[in-house]
Amino acid sequence: MKGKTHAEEAAAFIKDDARTHWHDETLWHVRSNRDRSAQGIPEWETLRDTASATKDYVLSHLGELLEQFESNAKANGVEVLWAKDAVEHNQHVYRILQENKVSNIVKSKSILTEECGLNHYLEKKGYDVVDTDLGERIIQFAKQTPSHIVLPAIHLKKQDIGEIFHNHIGTKEGASDPNYLTEAARQHLRKKFVEANAAITGVNFGIAETGGFVVCTNEGNADMGTHLADVHIACMGIEKLIPRAADLGVFLRLLARSATGQSITNYSSHFHRPAEGKKMYIILVDNGRTDQLGREDFKNSLKCIRCGACMNTCPIYRRSGGHSYNYTVPGPIGSILSPGRDLKKYSTLPFASTLCGSCSDVCPVKINIHEQLYKWRQVIAEHTNMDRSKQLSMKVAGMTFGKPVLYDLAGKVARTALKYTPHSLVYSSINVWGKHRDLPEVPEESFKEWYKKNRKQ
Amino acid sequence: MRVGLFIPCYVDQFYPGAAQATLELLEKYGVEVVYPLSQTCCGQPMANSGYGKYGKDSADLFMKNFGEFEYIVAPSGSCTLHVKDHVLPKTEGAPKIYELCEFLTDILKVDHVNASFPHKVGFHSSCHGLRGLRLAKCSERMDPEFNKPLSLLNMVNNIQMVELDRKDECCGFGGTFAIAEEAISVTMGKDRIADHQRNGVEVLTGADMSCLMHMEGLLKRQKSPIKVMHIAEILNGNEVVESSET
Repeated sequence: MKGKTHAEEAAAFIKDDARTHWHDETLWHVRSNRDRSAQGIPEWETLRDTASATKDYVLSHLGELLEQFESNAKANGVEVLWAKDAVEHNQHVYRILQENKVSNIVKSKSILTEECGLNHYLEKKGYDVVDTDLGERIIQFAKQTPSHIVLPAIHLKKQDIGEIFHNHIGTKEGASDPNYLTEAARQHLRKKFVEANAAITGVNFGIAETGGFVVCTNEGNADMGTHLADVHIACMGIEKLIPRAADLGVFLRLLARSATGQSITNYSSHFHRPAEGKKMYIILVDNGRTDQLGREDFKNSLKCIRCGACMNTCPIYRRSGGHSYNYTVPGPIGSILSPGRDLKKYSTLPFASTLCGSCSDVCPVKINIHEQLYKWRQVIAEHTNMDRSKQLSMKVAGMTFGKPVLYDLAGKVARTALKYTPHSLVYSSINVWGKHRDLPEVPEESFKEWYKKNRKQ
Repeated sequence: MRVGLFIPCYVDQFYPGAAQATLELLEKYGVEVVYPLSQTCCGQPMANSGYGKYGKDSADLFMKNFGEFEYIVAPSGSCTLHVKDHVLPKTEGAPKIYELCEFLTDILKVDHVNASFPHKVGFHSSCHGLRGLRLAKCSERMDPEFNKPLSLLNMVNNIQMVELDRKDECCGFGGTFAIAEEAISVTMGKDRIADHQRNGVEVLTGADMSCLMHMEGLLKRQKSPIKVMHIAEILNGNEVVESSET
């Protein structure tokens, strides 16, 4: 699959028309829930402005806020580690596991550890990492990657999940009742929670003022893991900071409503210090974030609080599925984060959009996603040689549009050609437009020709 | 009032009827409309493909043609947005460009439309006009309701506007997206027209001929009886034209 363009991946996904429409409807339902929930908050747009301004402040004071966070966390008895990239992050985790003689690990959903490829790394070292978020566990069994950051198994139907569970935890063959399957997963995970000596979680918000952090889950799996295990390793992207505890209310109100339409996540767990006799670690991960911070046009992407609203609203994501993006964070936000990581590999993602702007308007922290998509396109055209024929056609178009005589002539030639070329030739395989769409009817004359005849004195 | 009329390239070449209706409509409201004959394209196709640099000549030409006007009016939200954001220099005294509906609403403050259109009409809210120019409140934002194109259509006699299930979802045209991501583009377009079909629309209209061209292409391929007209044609009192091919 590597190296395929978004368009190719999307075309493959969309071949199953029924599944595509089911996927679209399911996510549209989530987006509608979000709309209803936001409508209940008269100050919604003010909340977005406030959150956006707070994150602007964080990004412009990141260094000092991180230092403040580190010293407060240390004072609380937490060990703070820094990782410049995924490799360092994974090494830190491994060392902590070794030092604490950990044998069993449970993990609450963390996109950052996905980004760092932690599961794969630890599995190679002989660890069995158990993802405890239900959706994560499903795709872990299926040996897939999440297709959505909030709803990781959204691409799978309940029948698919029944089959996966039958193969891995011995549920009845053909069973697809969500209650039955959830209960089976609950029993399976309970055993894993009890056995675990270390719990790995992500971080939704780190609070500079207190050195504490907040993890949001709907299943309580982060709490279950961290309460039972002796070691808690929290993996946090350096952009996840907020300045004060008082800022938290704004973000918690926006996060769940934007993600699923809930007024708040079922569990918003606050962590400050390890319990007696236990250990708590925070790994602060850069992994390309300061590079992105240095890109004036794109640094706003670091405001993202990972609610997934831009995915749910994106008409392309809804129909192409998260895997078509081939990046840890798919959808519109992923399409502006990924080119900064590897311009060539992700060069088609900023084009997987009509620039409809829905992502920017749904974003709770007001990231100008569609404007950044436009800007990445300019960067990609300038710095990669991905598509010579496109470049040439755009160069010719630019020249033609620069000269009125040439434009008028080209228009006339094109219209005449279209009128007199046999139907079979017009609708040949090279006419991509015409595969499923008719071309416009060719008019007798252009507006300009009509105007010259009828209006020009 | 004197305005410069900008007719986007594909409207000029393939939909002269929409351009004529725009011209006649503006004249009906007493506007002196000037159509500079050396105009071509705003440069959006190049810019949205990442080759903004190849749009420099057309941007220069645009300024040469329209630099002297106070107001420029165009029957396209998409091209208007591109010109506004990427062509007009953001300096004092530069012309202001308006999409047709916002010009009628905000500048001319039109409060009556002298037209009758006894049909069930579905309005396609094109994204660049909707979320770029803010021609209406989009469903994502929690602002007070307003809708400039719809308020104009509602002034037309005997018109029956149809509510859609998804009132402002993208049709999947997106310029070169329609070619580069053909599979998704076509699926999105089919879903949009299905919304209109499900709700009994007879005429599908909008303020952007490009989105309409995409959906018309799909409708014709399906041999659908739904007709497609630019909003200017309805506001100008044009009748539904039966296609010569059918």
